[in-house]
Amino acid sequence: MLGPIFLILFLQLVGEAAQRYFALAVPGPVIGLMLLLMLLLITRSSKSQQLAQFRTGFVDTASGLLRHLSLLFVPIGVGVIMHLKLLETHLVSVLIVILLGTVLTMIFTGYVFLKLMRRPSDG
Amino acid sequence: MADTAKLYEVWVYLQAEPLFWLTLTIGCYLAADKLYRALNLFPLLNPVAVSILLVSTCLLLFDIDYQRYFDGAKFIHFLLGPATVALAVPIYLNWSAVLSEKRSIIAGVLSGSIFAIGITYLLALMTGLDSVTVKTLLPRSVTAPIAMGISEMIGGIPSLTALITVITGIVGAALGAFVFDTLGIKNMAARGFAFGLASHGIGTARAITRDRTAGVFAATAMGLNGIVTAVLASLIFHLFLNP
Repeated sequence: MLGPIFLILFLQLVGEAAQRYFALAVPGPVIGLMLLLMLLLITRSSKSQQLAQFRTGFVDTASGLLRHLSLLFVPIGVGVIMHLKLLETHLVSVLIVILLGTVLTMIFTGYVFLKLMRRPSDG
Repeated sequence: MADTAKLYEVWVYLQAEPLFWLTLTIGCYLAADKLYRALNLFPLLNPVAVSILLVSTCLLLFDIDYQRYFDGAKFIHFLLGPATVALAVPIYLNWSAVLSEKRSIIAGVLSGSIFAIGITYLLALMTGLDSVTVKTLLPRSVTAPIAMGISEMIGGIPSLTALITVITGIVGAALGAFVFDTLGIKNMAARGFAFGLASHGIGTARAITRDRTAGVFAATAMGLNGIVTAVLASLIFHLFLNP
Protein backbone atom coordinates (compact mmCIF):
# COMPACT_ATOMS: atom_id res chain seq x y z
CA MET A 1 0.00 0.00 0.00
CA LEU A 2 2.80 2.39 0.89
CA GLY A 3 4.90 1.48 -2.16
CA PRO A 4 2.20 2.46 -4.69
CA ILE A 5 1.48 5.72 -2.82
CA PHE A 6 5.17 6.55 -2.86
CA LEU A 7 5.47 5.87 -6.59
CA ILE A 8 2.43 8.04 -7.42
CA LEU A 9 3.68 10.95 -5.29
CA PHE A 10 7.21 10.53 -6.65
CA LEU A 11 6.06 10.65 -10.29
CA GLN A 12 3.95 13.75 -9.56
CA LEU A 13 7.02 15.30 -7.94
CA VAL A 14 9.15 14.51 -11.00
CA GLY A 15 6.36 15.97 -13.19
CA GLU A 16 6.14 19.19 -11.16
CA ALA A 17 9.93 19.59 -11.16
CA ALA A 18 10.17 18.98 -14.93
CA GLN A 19 7.31 21.40 -15.60
CA ARG A 20 9.05 24.19 -13.70
CA TYR A 21 12.57 23.43 -14.90
CA PHE A 22 11.66 23.26 -18.60
CA ALA A 23 8.85 25.86 -18.31
CA LEU A 24 6.39 23.40 -19.91
CA ALA A 25 2.75 24.31 -20.57
CA VAL A 26 1.63 20.85 -19.40
CA PRO A 27 0.96 20.67 -15.62
CA GLY A 28 3.05 18.43 -13.35
CA PRO A 29 0.35 15.85 -12.55
CA VAL A 30 -0.37 15.33 -16.29
CA ILE A 31 3.38 14.77 -16.88
CA GLY A 32 3.25 12.31 -13.96
CA LEU A 33 0.32 10.54 -15.67
CA MET A 34 2.33 10.15 -18.88
CA LEU A 35 5.41 8.93 -16.99
CA LEU A 36 3.35 6.35 -15.08
CA LEU A 37 1.68 5.14 -18.28
CA MET A 38 5.09 4.74 -19.96
CA LEU A 39 6.46 2.92 -16.91
CA LEU A 40 3.50 0.51 -16.84
CA LEU A 41 3.73 -0.16 -20.60
CA ILE A 42 7.51 -0.70 -20.53
CA THR A 43 7.36 -3.21 -17.68
CA ARG A 44 4.31 -4.97 -19.13
CA SER A 45 6.13 -7.90 -20.69
CA SER A 46 8.36 -8.54 -17.67
CA LYS A 47 7.94 -12.02 -16.18
CA SER A 48 9.14 -11.05 -12.69
CA GLN A 49 6.86 -12.42 -9.96
CA GLN A 50 7.67 -9.54 -7.63
CA LEU A 51 6.79 -6.96 -10.27
CA ALA A 52 3.46 -8.65 -10.96
CA GLN A 53 2.65 -8.56 -7.25
CA PHE A 54 3.55 -4.90 -7.02
CA ARG A 55 1.43 -4.18 -10.06
CA THR A 56 -1.67 -5.81 -8.52
CA GLY A 57 -1.29 -3.74 -5.38
CA PHE A 58 -0.70 -0.68 -7.49
CA VAL A 59 -3.90 -1.16 -9.50
CA ASP A 60 -5.87 -1.53 -6.23
CA THR A 61 -4.43 1.67 -4.74
CA ALA A 62 -5.02 3.68 -7.92
CA SER A 63 -8.58 2.38 -8.26
CA GLY A 64 -9.27 3.35 -4.65
CA LEU A 65 -7.97 6.86 -5.30
CA LEU A 66 -10.11 7.18 -8.43
CA ARG A 67 -13.31 5.69 -7.01
CA HIS A 68 -14.39 9.04 -5.56
CA LEU A 69 -12.56 11.35 -7.94
CA SER A 70 -15.59 13.68 -8.03
CA LEU A 71 -15.28 14.39 -4.29
CA LEU A 72 -11.83 15.89 -4.82
CA PHE A 73 -13.33 18.74 -6.86
CA VAL A 74 -15.70 19.88 -4.11
CA PRO A 75 -13.31 22.24 -2.22
CA ILE A 76 -12.37 24.18 -5.38
CA GLY A 77 -15.97 24.13 -6.56
CA VAL A 78 -17.10 25.76 -3.32
CA GLY A 79 -14.53 28.46 -4.07
CA VAL A 80 -16.29 29.09 -7.39
CA ILE A 81 -19.63 29.71 -5.69
CA MET A 82 -18.02 31.98 -3.09
CA HIS A 83 -16.21 33.98 -5.79
CA LEU A 84 -18.99 34.25 -8.40
CA LYS A 85 -19.23 37.98 -7.70
CA LEU A 86 -15.83 38.41 -9.40
CA LEU A 87 -17.64 38.04 -12.72
CA GLU A 88 -19.74 41.08 -11.81
CA THR A 89 -21.79 42.41 -14.70
CA HIS A 90 -20.55 39.72 -17.11
CA LEU A 91 -22.06 36.88 -15.08
CA VAL A 92 -25.06 36.16 -17.31
CA SER A 93 -23.18 36.43 -20.65
CA VAL A 94 -20.30 34.32 -19.33
CA LEU A 95 -22.70 31.63 -18.05
CA ILE A 96 -24.48 31.56 -21.43
CA VAL A 97 -21.14 31.14 -23.28
CA ILE A 98 -20.08 28.35 -20.90
CA LEU A 99 -23.42 26.54 -21.03
CA LEU A 100 -23.89 26.62 -24.81
CA GLY A 101 -20.18 26.25 -25.57
CA THR A 102 -19.76 23.17 -23.38
CA VAL A 103 -22.89 21.41 -24.63
CA LEU A 104 -22.05 22.12 -28.31
CA THR A 105 -18.42 21.00 -27.83
CA MET A 106 -19.63 17.75 -26.26
CA ILE A 107 -22.07 17.06 -29.08
CA PHE A 108 -19.49 17.87 -31.78
CA THR A 109 -16.74 15.77 -30.18
CA GLY A 110 -19.07 12.88 -29.41
CA TYR A 111 -20.26 12.71 -33.03
CA VAL A 112 -16.77 13.06 -34.56
CA PHE A 113 -15.47 10.28 -32.32
CA LEU A 114 -18.42 8.01 -33.03
CA LYS A 115 -18.25 8.50 -36.82
CA LEU A 116 -14.53 7.63 -36.90
CA MET A 117 -14.68 4.65 -34.54
CA ARG A 118 -13.47 1.34 -35.91
CA ARG A 119 -16.13 -0.73 -34.19
CA PRO A 120 -18.89 1.37 -32.71
CA SER A 121 -20.81 -1.31 -30.87
CA ASP A 122 -23.94 0.80 -30.60
CA GLY A 123 -25.38 4.31 -30.65
CA MET B 1 -28.23 29.12 29.51
CA ALA B 2 -24.72 28.02 30.37
CA ASP B 3 -25.05 25.21 27.81
CA THR B 4 -25.41 27.62 24.90
CA ALA B 5 -22.25 29.42 25.93
CA LYS B 6 -20.45 26.12 26.17
CA LEU B 7 -21.71 24.97 22.77
CA TYR B 8 -20.54 28.23 21.26
CA GLU B 9 -17.11 27.68 22.77
CA VAL B 10 -16.95 24.20 21.22
CA TRP B 11 -18.01 25.65 17.85
CA VAL B 12 -15.36 28.37 17.96
CA TYR B 13 -12.76 25.69 18.61
CA LEU B 14 -14.00 23.27 15.95
CA GLN B 15 -14.39 25.73 13.09
CA ALA B 16 -10.71 26.62 13.38
CA GLU B 17 -9.72 22.96 12.86
CA PRO B 18 -9.55 20.98 9.57
CA LEU B 19 -11.55 18.08 11.06
CA PHE B 20 -14.85 19.93 10.91
CA TRP B 21 -14.47 21.04 7.29
CA LEU B 22 -13.28 17.63 6.14
CA THR B 23 -16.26 15.96 7.84
CA LEU B 24 -18.65 18.52 6.34
CA THR B 25 -17.24 18.07 2.80
CA ILE B 26 -17.35 14.28 2.85
CA GLY B 27 -20.76 14.30 4.56
CA CYS B 28 -22.26 16.61 1.94
CA TYR B 29 -20.75 14.49 -0.83
CA LEU B 30 -22.18 11.28 0.63
CA ALA B 31 -25.61 12.92 1.00
CA ALA B 32 -25.48 14.23 -2.59
CA ASP B 33 -24.39 10.80 -3.85
CA LYS B 34 -27.23 9.10 -1.96
CA LEU B 35 -29.77 11.57 -3.36
CA TYR B 36 -28.41 11.00 -6.87
CA ARG B 37 -28.81 7.22 -6.54
CA ALA B 38 -32.21 7.49 -4.85
CA LEU B 39 -33.54 9.53 -7.78
CA ASN B 40 -32.29 6.97 -10.28
CA LEU B 41 -29.16 8.83 -11.35
CA PHE B 42 -31.10 11.88 -12.56
CA PRO B 43 -28.28 13.73 -14.41
CA LEU B 44 -29.04 17.26 -13.24
CA LEU B 45 -28.53 16.18 -9.62
CA ASN B 46 -24.86 15.52 -10.29
CA PRO B 47 -23.20 14.76 -6.89
CA VAL B 48 -20.37 17.28 -7.38
CA ALA B 49 -22.77 20.13 -8.20
CA VAL B 50 -25.13 19.24 -5.34
CA SER B 51 -22.37 18.82 -2.73
CA ILE B 52 -20.80 22.14 -3.79
CA LEU B 53 -24.19 23.81 -3.30
CA LEU B 54 -24.70 22.11 0.07
CA VAL B 55 -21.27 23.13 1.43
CA SER B 56 -21.61 26.69 0.02
CA THR B 57 -25.02 27.05 1.65
CA CYS B 58 -23.55 26.03 5.03
CA LEU B 59 -20.69 28.51 4.67
CA LEU B 60 -23.05 31.34 3.69
CA LEU B 61 -25.55 30.51 6.45
CA PHE B 62 -22.89 30.53 9.17
CA ASP B 63 -20.95 33.36 7.57
CA ILE B 64 -17.71 31.39 7.17
CA ASP B 65 -14.84 32.79 5.15
CA TYR B 66 -13.87 30.60 2.15
CA GLN B 67 -10.20 30.71 3.19
CA ARG B 68 -11.08 29.24 6.59
CA TYR B 69 -13.03 26.42 4.94
CA PHE B 70 -10.27 25.75 2.42
CA ASP B 71 -7.61 25.58 5.15
CA GLY B 72 -9.38 22.42 6.27
CA ALA B 73 -10.65 21.11 2.93
CA LYS B 74 -7.24 21.51 1.26
CA PHE B 75 -6.36 17.98 2.39
CA ILE B 76 -9.02 16.68 0.02
CA HIS B 77 -7.95 19.18 -2.65
CA PHE B 78 -4.36 17.94 -2.40
CA LEU B 79 -5.38 14.46 -3.57
CA LEU B 80 -6.30 15.87 -7.01
CA GLY B 81 -2.66 15.75 -8.15
CA PRO B 82 -1.98 12.12 -7.17
CA ALA B 83 -5.42 11.12 -8.54
CA THR B 84 -4.50 12.68 -11.90
CA VAL B 85 -1.29 10.60 -11.98
CA ALA B 86 -3.33 7.51 -11.05
CA LEU B 87 -5.51 8.02 -14.17
CA ALA B 88 -2.66 6.30 -16.03
CA VAL B 89 -3.81 2.99 -14.50
CA PRO B 90 -7.27 2.70 -16.19
CA ILE B 91 -5.70 3.87 -19.47
CA TYR B 92 -3.01 1.19 -19.10
CA LEU B 93 -5.54 -1.52 -18.23
CA ASN B 94 -7.48 -0.65 -21.41
CA TRP B 95 -4.46 0.11 -23.57
CA SER B 96 -5.50 -2.19 -26.43
CA ALA B 97 -8.91 -0.46 -26.64
CA VAL B 98 -7.18 2.94 -26.72
CA LEU B 99 -4.74 1.78 -29.42
CA SER B 100 -7.48 0.31 -31.59
CA GLU B 101 -9.29 3.66 -31.59
CA LYS B 102 -6.23 5.81 -32.15
CA ARG B 103 -7.59 7.26 -35.39
CA SER B 104 -10.78 8.61 -33.78
CA ILE B 105 -8.80 9.74 -30.72
CA ILE B 106 -6.33 11.82 -32.75
CA ALA B 107 -9.00 13.29 -35.06
CA GLY B 108 -11.35 13.88 -32.12
CA VAL B 109 -8.75 15.70 -30.02
CA LEU B 110 -7.53 17.91 -32.89
CA SER B 111 -10.99 18.88 -34.15
CA GLY B 112 -12.50 19.06 -30.66
CA SER B 113 -9.73 21.32 -29.36
CA ILE B 114 -10.20 23.76 -32.25
CA PHE B 115 -14.01 23.52 -32.01
CA ALA B 116 -14.00 24.27 -28.25
CA ILE B 117 -11.92 27.42 -28.72
CA GLY B 118 -13.80 28.49 -31.88
CA ILE B 119 -17.30 28.12 -30.45
CA THR B 120 -16.27 29.95 -27.29
CA TYR B 121 -14.87 32.82 -29.37
CA LEU B 122 -18.01 32.99 -31.51
CA LEU B 123 -20.44 32.88 -28.57
CA ALA B 124 -18.40 35.42 -26.61
CA LEU B 125 -18.51 37.85 -29.55
CA MET B 126 -22.24 37.28 -29.98
CA THR B 127 -22.96 38.09 -26.33
CA GLY B 128 -20.93 41.28 -26.71
CA LEU B 129 -18.22 40.57 -24.13
CA ASP B 130 -15.12 42.80 -24.03
CA SER B 131 -11.81 41.53 -25.41
CA VAL B 132 -10.17 40.78 -22.05
CA THR B 133 -13.15 38.67 -20.96
CA VAL B 134 -13.10 36.89 -24.34
CA LYS B 135 -9.41 36.01 -23.85
CA THR B 136 -10.17 34.91 -20.29
CA LEU B 137 -12.87 32.54 -21.61
CA LEU B 138 -11.01 30.99 -24.58
CA PRO B 139 -9.02 28.18 -22.86
CA ARG B 140 -11.88 27.09 -20.58
CA SER B 141 -12.18 23.48 -21.83
CA VAL B 142 -8.75 22.31 -20.66
CA THR B 143 -7.66 21.44 -17.14
CA ALA B 144 -7.29 24.55 -14.92
CA PRO B 145 -3.46 24.80 -14.67
CA ILE B 146 -3.09 24.66 -18.49
CA ALA B 147 -6.02 27.04 -19.01
CA MET B 148 -4.49 29.58 -16.60
CA GLY B 149 -1.14 29.45 -18.40
CA ILE B 150 -2.78 30.04 -21.78
CA SER B 151 -4.94 32.84 -20.37
CA GLU B 152 -1.87 34.60 -19.02
CA MET B 153 -0.05 34.27 -22.35
CA ILE B 154 -2.86 35.71 -24.49
CA GLY B 155 -3.74 38.52 -22.09
CA GLY B 156 -6.69 37.16 -20.13
CA ILE B 157 -7.12 37.13 -16.35
CA PRO B 158 -5.75 33.76 -15.09
CA SER B 159 -7.64 33.60 -11.77
CA LEU B 160 -10.92 34.32 -13.55
CA THR B 161 -10.02 31.66 -16.14
CA ALA B 162 -9.63 29.14 -13.30
CA LEU B 163 -13.11 30.04 -12.07
CA ILE B 164 -14.61 29.73 -15.57
CA THR B 165 -12.79 26.42 -16.12
CA VAL B 166 -14.30 24.89 -12.99
CA ILE B 167 -17.80 26.11 -13.98
CA THR B 168 -17.25 24.51 -17.42
CA GLY B 169 -16.35 21.22 -15.74
CA ILE B 170 -19.42 21.27 -13.52
CA VAL B 171 -21.72 22.18 -16.44
CA GLY B 172 -20.28 19.36 -18.57
CA ALA B 173 -20.49 16.83 -15.75
CA ALA B 174 -24.06 17.82 -14.90
CA LEU B 175 -25.49 18.09 -18.44
CA GLY B 176 -23.43 15.58 -20.46
CA ALA B 177 -25.42 12.44 -19.72
CA PHE B 178 -28.70 14.29 -20.30
CA VAL B 179 -27.48 15.62 -23.68
CA PHE B 180 -26.25 12.22 -24.88
CA ASP B 181 -29.37 10.42 -23.67
CA THR B 182 -31.49 12.97 -25.57
CA LEU B 183 -29.42 12.54 -28.74
CA GLY B 184 -29.43 8.76 -28.38
CA ILE B 185 -25.63 8.40 -28.25
CA LYS B 186 -25.16 5.28 -26.14
CA ASN B 187 -21.58 4.37 -27.02
CA MET B 188 -19.60 4.69 -23.78
CA ALA B 189 -16.25 5.36 -25.46
CA ALA B 190 -17.68 8.29 -27.46
CA ARG B 191 -19.56 9.66 -24.45
CA GLY B 192 -16.52 9.46 -22.19
CA PHE B 193 -14.29 11.02 -24.83
CA ALA B 194 -16.65 14.00 -25.16
CA PHE B 195 -16.84 14.39 -21.36
CA GLY B 196 -13.05 14.52 -21.01
CA LEU B 197 -12.50 16.82 -23.97
CA ALA B 198 -15.22 19.38 -23.19
CA SER B 199 -15.08 19.36 -19.40
CA HIS B 200 -11.57 18.12 -18.39
CA GLY B 201 -11.07 16.59 -14.92
CA ILE B 202 -14.56 17.18 -13.53
CA GLY B 203 -16.12 15.58 -16.61
CA THR B 204 -13.60 12.73 -16.41
CA ALA B 205 -14.45 12.18 -12.73
CA ARG B 206 -18.09 11.99 -13.63
CA ALA B 207 -17.42 9.55 -16.50
CA ILE B 208 -15.16 7.23 -14.51
CA THR B 209 -17.57 6.84 -11.60
CA ARG B 210 -20.30 5.70 -13.99
CA ASP B 211 -18.58 3.53 -16.57
CA ARG B 212 -15.08 2.12 -16.86
CA THR B 213 -14.79 2.47 -20.66
CA ALA B 214 -16.16 6.02 -20.52
CA GLY B 215 -13.59 6.86 -17.83
CA VAL B 216 -10.66 5.55 -19.88
CA PHE B 217 -11.57 7.58 -22.94
CA ALA B 218 -12.38 10.63 -20.83
CA ALA B 219 -8.95 10.54 -19.18
CA THR B 220 -7.28 10.09 -22.57
CA ALA B 221 -9.21 13.00 -24.09
CA MET B 222 -8.56 15.25 -21.09
CA GLY B 223 -4.80 14.68 -21.11
CA LEU B 224 -4.38 14.96 -24.88
CA ASN B 225 -6.68 18.00 -25.20
CA GLY B 226 -4.62 19.81 -22.56
CA ILE B 227 -1.42 19.14 -24.46
CA VAL B 228 -2.85 19.90 -27.94
CA THR B 229 -4.57 23.11 -26.80
CA ALA B 230 -1.42 24.34 -25.05
CA VAL B 231 0.69 23.68 -28.15
CA LEU B 232 -1.90 25.17 -30.56
CA ALA B 233 -2.36 28.26 -28.41
CA SER B 234 1.38 28.98 -28.22
CA LEU B 235 1.84 28.33 -31.96
CA ILE B 236 -1.01 30.65 -32.95
CA PHE B 237 0.06 33.24 -30.44
CA HIS B 238 3.74 33.31 -31.44
CA LEU B 239 3.13 33.02 -35.20
CA PHE B 240 0.28 35.47 -35.69
CA LEU B 241 -0.34 37.64 -32.69
CA ASN B 242 3.07 38.41 -31.27
CA PRO B 243 5.61 38.55 -34.12
